[in-house]
Amino acid sequence: MTEITKRRSDTKMVEYPSRSIVPERDIDKCPVLECRHLGIEFGGLKAVDDFNLTIGPTEIAGLIGPNGAGKTTVFNLLTKVYQPTHGMVMVDGKDTAGMNTIQASKLGLARTFQNIRLFSQMSVEDNVRIGLHNQIAYNTASGILRLPGFWKGEKKQHEKALELLSIFNMQDMANVKAGSLPYGAQRRLEILRALATSPKLLLLDEPAAGMNPKETEELMDTIIKIRNDFQIAIMLIEHDMNLVMGICEGICVLNFGKVIAKGTAEEIQNNPEVIEAYLGKQKEEA
Amino acid sequence: MNKTALISTLKKFSKQYLPCIIVTVFFIICQIMISANAMPRTTKSMLIPVCVYIVMAVSLNLTVGISGELSLGHAGFMSIGAFTGVVMATYSREVFGFSQPLQLIFALVIGGIMAGIMGFLIGIPVLRLRGDYLAIVTLAFGEIIRNILNCIYISLEGKDLHFGFNNNTLPGTQIMRGPTGVTGVKTISTFTAGFLLVLFTLIVVINLVHSRSGRAIMAIRDNRIAAESVGLNVTGYKLLAFVSSAVLAGMGGALFGLNYAVTSPSNFSFNASILILVYVVLGGIGNITGSVIAAAILYILPEELRSFNDYRMLAYAVVLIAVMLITNNAKIKNFINNLLKKNDEKGGETV
Ligand SMILES: Nc1ncnc2c1ncn2[C@@H]1O[C@H](COP(=O)(O)OP(=O)(O)OP(=O)(O)O)[C@@H](O)[C@H]1O
Ligand SMILES: [Mg+2]
Repeated sequence: MTEITKRRSDTKMVEYPSRSIVPERDIDKCPVLECRHLGIEFGGLKAVDDFNLTIGPTEIAGLIGPNGAGKTTVFNLLTKVYQPTHGMVMVDGKDTAGMNTIQASKLGLARTFQNIRLFSQMSVEDNVRIGLHNQIAYNTASGILRLPGFWKGEKKQHEKALELLSIFNMQDMANVKAGSLPYGAQRRLEILRALATSPKLLLLDEPAAGMNPKETEELMDTIIKIRNDFQIAIMLIEHDMNLVMGICEGICVLNFGKVIAKGTAEEIQNNPEVIEAYLGKQKEEA
Repeated sequence: MNKTALISTLKKFSKQYLPCIIVTVFFIICQIMISANAMPRTTKSMLIPVCVYIVMAVSLNLTVGISGELSLGHAGFMSIGAFTGVVMATYSREVFGFSQPLQLIFALVIGGIMAGIMGFLIGIPVLRLRGDYLAIVTLAFGEIIRNILNCIYISLEGKDLHFGFNNNTLPGTQIMRGPTGVTGVKTISTFTAGFLLVLFTLIVVINLVHSRSGRAIMAIRDNRIAAESVGLNVTGYKLLAFVSSAVLAGMGGALFGLNYAVTSPSNFSFNASILILVYVVLGGIGNITGSVIAAAILYILPEELRSFNDYRMLAYAVVLIAVMLITNNAKIKNFINNLLKKNDEKGGETV
């Protein structure tokens, strides 16, 4: 693990109201995400209940918990796949009430999916270019008429796409069909596509699932590198405790839709309730 | 160094615009045959309809293949283009005194615009929804528009167009007469115009597909949820594909209407929509070259086979299967692809 991780592990995710006590290095900035009493019910089932969370603009946060705890549902609430039935979400100081997924994306939220959702018929480069859609734009008419705007825009998109692909060393695969990539590469491509939208907060749903330990190790370094290079916040859901404890500066534990603990890796590892609900069980399984 | 770059650009270009190249080659061959008097009259009379059906198939493929929405009323847009086109050609001749090529261009443009407006009106409510509602609505649209056209009477008196609904006592010269449709139309469509329209359609569709908007359309087709998550305007791009497809169909319809002395609403039945869909499906969904080839072969063949009488339908079935195999077979596709990029650096596609 890199120096940065160790040095930063003393910063921690903090509770709302947070403005005055966001992690130290972000103290002068407003948090990128604030959830207050966020909740959703599916026909009586409270999948997420009274979820409060604040994330600083360059924080790496972890969201963990047993299967079915409601982690993915939190991501779906943030990105407006579902509309919350309770509470509110503020992104970069703006209330997202009534917005849809597209507006949430424009506000600076980007995500990956637990069950990979690539544009599988399209090439790797085109997948990244779709992420760049709203960043490097030219209109439809100049596309059809092949006006100068088209050539300029295409060139910029191509260069930017290759630059992004180089983060995971995937430039050589630019012309491969996304659907035919190996599993790990598909996960990495999804991260790049999300990153291409220039998000303020990157949401990663189980980014290391299906990766071998070496790939996971590389992924950890890359996530930190992405945060440092792009100066964005990252929130990730993961069952791989090495990854979570290794790179997350603040961790939030969900169980049956409720937050049962929040804190640094060390605090979470020693929290009896978390051990009871989640971590302990993991050791038994191993 | 520079030479290889040039060659690879040329290869990419010829691969992208392959259907344009094929169509141009065939156009030149046909022109040579015509000027040498080597083409039978029956074949010659099919040239313009073939162009029309290629336009119809390619434009429908934009909706069905590229955008992934099923449309069952493509002939409806064709009919709007056809009748608008005939009326506009007559009007511009009588009132503006346009020459024939200008009449044709005017008819194609207005026909396309009218069909596009119709597509927009249908698409706006339907394409917001998730699910295959477009199929049902376009199916209904095709039937409704045909029944409405059956009741529309249009006449030209001096500089004024008169419209009547179920009213055949309009003053002036009648242009359109309800179920009889348009009669005594000056057939100003030409094979060259048909070829140019096919080329126009192909270039619009190919350029759209290989641009930012086209990629967005295909991304939405591949995975709607992911497309929304990166901020693509799903309804907007679906609408763009559907309306473009309707405009092109309207232009094809105008060319069609101006190719026959008589055209009636019954020419644009549900069967006509399905026929176009068959061209698209057999040519390969999303495969533009396939649409061109399938439309041409499947339009000409049944006509040419008339001399075989009893075996006609049998032969047609065999051809259907053959076209399906050729345009959708991975091996044959690979073979053609390999022919096209024989000298490209090998191994570039290994993961
Ligand atoms: N659309 C929905 N309708 C009804 N119930 C739902 C819906 N989405 C999620 N749930 C329920 O909400 C609960 C939380 O699901 P969620 O997918 O968020 O779990 P998770 O923490 O991501 O689990 P995993 O670790 O397995 O991914 C589950 O009980 C699930 O059945
Ligand atoms: Mg999940």
